[in-house]
Amino acid sequence: MDLVAVLMLEILNGVATLVLISVGLAIIFGMMRVINLAHGEFLMLGGYAAIVATNHGVNIWVAMLVVAPLVVGVIGVIAERLIIRVLYGRMIDTLLATWGLSLFFVGIVTTIFGNTVAGIGAPLGSVGVGRYNISVYRLVLVGLAAAILAVIFVVLRRTRLGLIARGTMENPNMAAALGVSPPRVYATTFGVGAALTGLAGGLLAPISGVLPTVGAAYVAKAFITVISGGTAILAGTAAASTLFGSVNQLLTYFTTPVIGEAGLLAAAILLLRFLPHGITGKLFRGSL
Amino acid sequence: VIGGRWSPGIVLTTVAMVVIALGVPQLVDQFGLLQLTVFAAMCILALSLGFVWGYGGILCFGQSAFFGLGGYTYAVTAINVGESTLATILAVVVPAVFAALLGYFMFYGRLSDVYLGVITLSVTLIFFNLMNSTAGDAYRVGKARLNGFNGMPSLPTLNVPGDPGRPLDPTETFYLVMAFVVIVYVGLHVLLASHFGRVVVAIRENETRCELLGYDVRLHKLLVFTIGGGIAGLAGCLFANWGAFVSPNVFSLTMTSQIIIWVIVGGLGTLLGPIIGCLIMQYLATTLGTQQLANTNLIFGIIFLAFVLLVPRGIVPSLRRLGARAVGPARVRDLA
Repeated sequence: MDLVAVLMLEILNGVATLVLISVGLAIIFGMMRVINLAHGEFLMLGGYAAIVATNHGVNIWVAMLVVAPLVVGVIGVIAERLIIRVLYGRMIDTLLATWGLSLFFVGIVTTIFGNTVAGIGAPLGSVGVGRYNISVYRLVLVGLAAAILAVIFVVLRRTRLGLIARGTMENPNMAAALGVSPPRVYATTFGVGAALTGLAGGLLAPISGVLPTVGAAYVAKAFITVISGGTAILAGTAAASTLFGSVNQLLTYFTTPVIGEAGLLAAAILLLRFLPHGITGKLFRGSL
Repeated sequence: VIGGRWSPGIVLTTVAMVVIALGVPQLVDQFGLLQLTVFAAMCILALSLGFVWGYGGILCFGQSAFFGLGGYTYAVTAINVGESTLATILAVVVPAVFAALLGYFMFYGRLSDVYLGVITLSVTLIFFNLMNSTAGDAYRVGKARLNGFNGMPSLPTLNVPGDPGRPLDPTETFYLVMAFVVIVYVGLHVLLASHFGRVVVAIRENETRCELLGYDVRLHKLLVFTIGGGIAGLAGCLFANWGAFVSPNVFSLTMTSQIIIWVIVGGLGTLLGPIIGCLIMQYLATTLGTQQLANTNLIFGIIFLAFVLLVPRGIVPSLRRLGARAVGPARVRDLA
């Protein structure tokens, strides 16, 4: 019984992690159709921002929830202004340029912090479930992932800002004719996506530690999740995260983490063979 | 090859390669020769992506998956058999079969460019993780221990076919690798000049139109991808043989991005471009590797960005355009 509960928590955790690492990408790729291959490095930068801030005496929650998204959001806006803006509509060039950007970030962070793992202790300690101990922080992460999805949903659905963003993505010319500046909307959207990614990076830093090259471990999973999710960014990301998170954690529990990852990828390739437009290409159509 | 006959550029390049192959061992010392051998092996890898991406229009970010698979296949087979001929053949066949399998899911699922890029990239990274985790005695294929992140050292190197007691010396290895470069380069040009090659290029230009003309786009792409996988496998085999060593780093993100940079820098849609790009960047990487001033990733990232933003065509096509402006278009059009 305890085992089942723990296993359920593990799965929830896997799902929450996938939601966290892919939600920023879902915004940037899903709404703007911009492939940001530096996504993994945004996560890495968020992690470093949180760790450096904490080590300088900032409260760990402030570091993770405020400093990390702020730093990465600003970096995101700068990257959008300098590089991505030049390449709108040229999807493959954007992809290549952001790949260059990712190498650049890896290089610069290696130069500054060295090629070693940095980390901070997870706050909140642990709580016993029968014979097992569970980190409270991991439970909080699950709640935070759900909260992030809920906030994005409300902002996109209910606020004027969300309406403008969705309208501009749908038809930039029409939005411009109505007095909205599409470049500004793009920059903001990209910045928000980057900030969410930084937040995720900060939140994951106590669990997985950070390394300059850690981005590579995230970027593939994030893209697979978002692509398999399909057009509806929130429903898609949630659905794909649930599916892949479960596959990954169950396989990991019964075999090894690497088999778990390979299983995740195999599940994604199979899924895309039968649903080339992702889960929300067939199911939950028209949702957000 | 244009219009069924050999263009001067291709002939010129081929002759130049043969001259280099024959001349270099006389001119450079042992160290330089070893260095050039690995450069040449990497040129084959660059050619594979130059073909798949530049002519087939397939955005493959996982070329290093086939490269690494070729290396590991060679390593495992050579250790078990103790002779290199079968190992070399398998190092081409296994990656090609794997490419065909992966390609089946991707092309017959009609995934778009971008998805292709992401899937191939993920496959590479999974291989990287998978091979890194194979440390320990449990992971062995026959006599060969995979050794996880430590890699597989002291592999048997290439020998005269059928005679394991007679390994190739560095000069002979260089000749062999250069011969492979020439064969792959000329072979790809022959392939591109054939009916099949023309259809492949036509598909790159307009997929829908080709489909409406009755060509099976999926099958053509699958074949291109498979051939590319085989060539990358060959490069991996030669690379593993060069250092008598293979480690999971052949699957790493750095490796993958290097191949992309070679093709971007050299120029998409040519076969000479990837070779040139590969040589320049390899030379740069070697030079950067010996100094502590700036991180290699940093420099590569900047070069990558600069080329995508400022020289999106790459070196060879840009030079060709400059040349066309100088001496008139007809003369330079066919170059390489």
